[in-house]
Amino acid sequence: MTAVAEAPASELLKRKARRGAVIDGTTPTSRTVRFALLLLFLLFVLMPVYVVVITSFKTSSDTTAASQWSLPQTWTLEPWQKAWDVLQPYMIRSLSLAIPAAIISSMIGSMNGFVLARWRFPGANLAFAFILFGMFIPYQAVMLPLRNTFRELNVTQGVPTLLLAHCIYGIPICTLIFRNYYATIVPHELIESARVDGAGLVATYVRIILPISISGFVVTLIWQFTSVWNDFLFALFLTQQRNGPVTLGLAALAGGQKVDYAASMAGALITSLPTLLVYILLGRWFIGGLMAGALKG
Amino acid sequence: MYGRFRTWGPGLLVLLPTIGLLGYFVYGLIGATLNTSLTAQHAARRGSYPYVGFENYANLFAEERFLNSLKNLGVLTVAFIVGTLIFGLLWALLLEKGVPGESIFRSVYLFPMAISMIASGVVWGWLMNPSTGDDARGINRLFHLLHLGFLENSWWSGTSRWTNMLAIALPAIWQLSGYIMALFLAGFRGIPPELREAARVDGASEFKLYRHVLFPQLSPIALSALIILGHMSLKLFDLIYAIAGPSQFRTEVPSVYMWNTLLRSDMAKAAAIAIVLLAVVAVLVIPYVAYTVRQESAER
Repeated sequence: MTAVAEAPASELLKRKARRGAVIDGTTPTSRTVRFALLLLFLLFVLMPVYVVVITSFKTSSDTTAASQWSLPQTWTLEPWQKAWDVLQPYMIRSLSLAIPAAIISSMIGSMNGFVLARWRFPGANLAFAFILFGMFIPYQAVMLPLRNTFRELNVTQGVPTLLLAHCIYGIPICTLIFRNYYATIVPHELIESARVDGAGLVATYVRIILPISISGFVVTLIWQFTSVWNDFLFALFLTQQRNGPVTLGLAALAGGQKVDYAASMAGALITSLPTLLVYILLGRWFIGGLMAGALKG
Repeated sequence: MYGRFRTWGPGLLVLLPTIGLLGYFVYGLIGATLNTSLTAQHAARRGSYPYVGFENYANLFAEERFLNSLKNLGVLTVAFIVGTLIFGLLWALLLEKGVPGESIFRSVYLFPMAISMIASGVVWGWLMNPSTGDDARGINRLFHLLHLGFLENSWWSGTSRWTNMLAIALPAIWQLSGYIMALFLAGFRGIPPELREAARVDGASEFKLYRHVLFPQLSPIALSALIILGHMSLKLFDLIYAIAGPSQFRTEVPSVYMWNTLLRSDMAKAAAIAIVLLAVVAVLVIPYVAYTVRQESAER
């Protein structure tokens, strides 16, 4: 990983450029131009949001080509109702999948990260490389035999298969995030003195490490929750419409022959709400997670 | 001996389950896929099939459709990486010195990252409707309304590989530019202010300051960004599935082709495509993993 991931990234982001004391190379004109450009790009990024939101409140007769960019003639909640009726069971399955998956991989990742950062053993570098590579593999390369393995293990298709898959393939990224986190915040001396006092690994982990791990956990929990929630590939390969997560539900709602655009857009919004909410409420850590999790696709 | 084991042994014990799990589910299953790709298992039914060596690979690389998917992937990857790096770096540069409302800009630029590729694909697929003229929808309709009709185009469903894949790259660029911006912004903010001041005192122009002092500091970040974007692009599947559908020759890349092959239950061929995909990703990632681990052990 780069230096960025090692440093508390969200803090770096908030650090303001120093002003005043020296010339910072800006003029009033350049500041205005910069601000205007930023606003322009803001419009570009928000453009899809505008159409999606207005369309989701339109009646089906109102979603014609000509009126696509205009506000609804009559505002209606019908598309939301329709999308919700379709998506509700998928949403429940996704929640019961993403929350435990995030917690389990975070816990394993925390223990692993601690060992790799501060309780090393001969060959720890090799183990690190072994784990790190697991983060990059395209799921396609394991997908075919994975189905057979789950069938042989008699794992019930649906939430259980996905839970198992996401927990296992989430371990590398969580391990990496925690390893970098502990390497930054835990001084070697602290562990050494605990060892001198005769504390073993478990005692050191529980008494010293766990209490200072909260922000590390917030990062991995958010990261795992988001990537499990947004996953489509595993969902498509390992589950079916009747037992799959919300990405499958949205693909079904927005696919097919006669697409109800208003309901599709409402559906896209509904399925994005949980991750957006996490992002809005915990954005500071979300950014930290993005930095640390830089390498997961 | 026992005493030394007591110091590091527990650490190894903690890692053992992970090593076992990843050993099986990552390396073992890759081995199984590789094994299937060397057989004649052109059906879903399991059982023993004869080994055919590299025949499946030879067939793939002799096939117009597979070569087409590789070319599409190449164009997509170039367009996606270049586009995302340009926007990400540009936004970071614009924000870097601090502007009023910086946190709003940052949050808005970054928010598409929180959305699933399926959701954004559903939305962008609809925005990039190929109809033009009076029937225009989506962005073409917006061009129409803004009297920019000459910009209307058929997006991903045209005849040119470049414009088709550029249209697929557009939503991906929209989703990930903010992420690259955040990486670069953190990089800029991590550079000690003394460096800039020293350069300014020495009379360096703004251009020279960036070119010779600041950008070189960001090269490790640029490398990470390149690897992240590269391996994301190589694996890209959801977005194409949602925008163009899985059965479009125009926008087919190996990951999509693999899905189509699987639907026809040709396991050996699907496995061979997966292994080619893995090999392409590995060429990109193995040197990077080796470099990272070596650097880490040097720091210790």
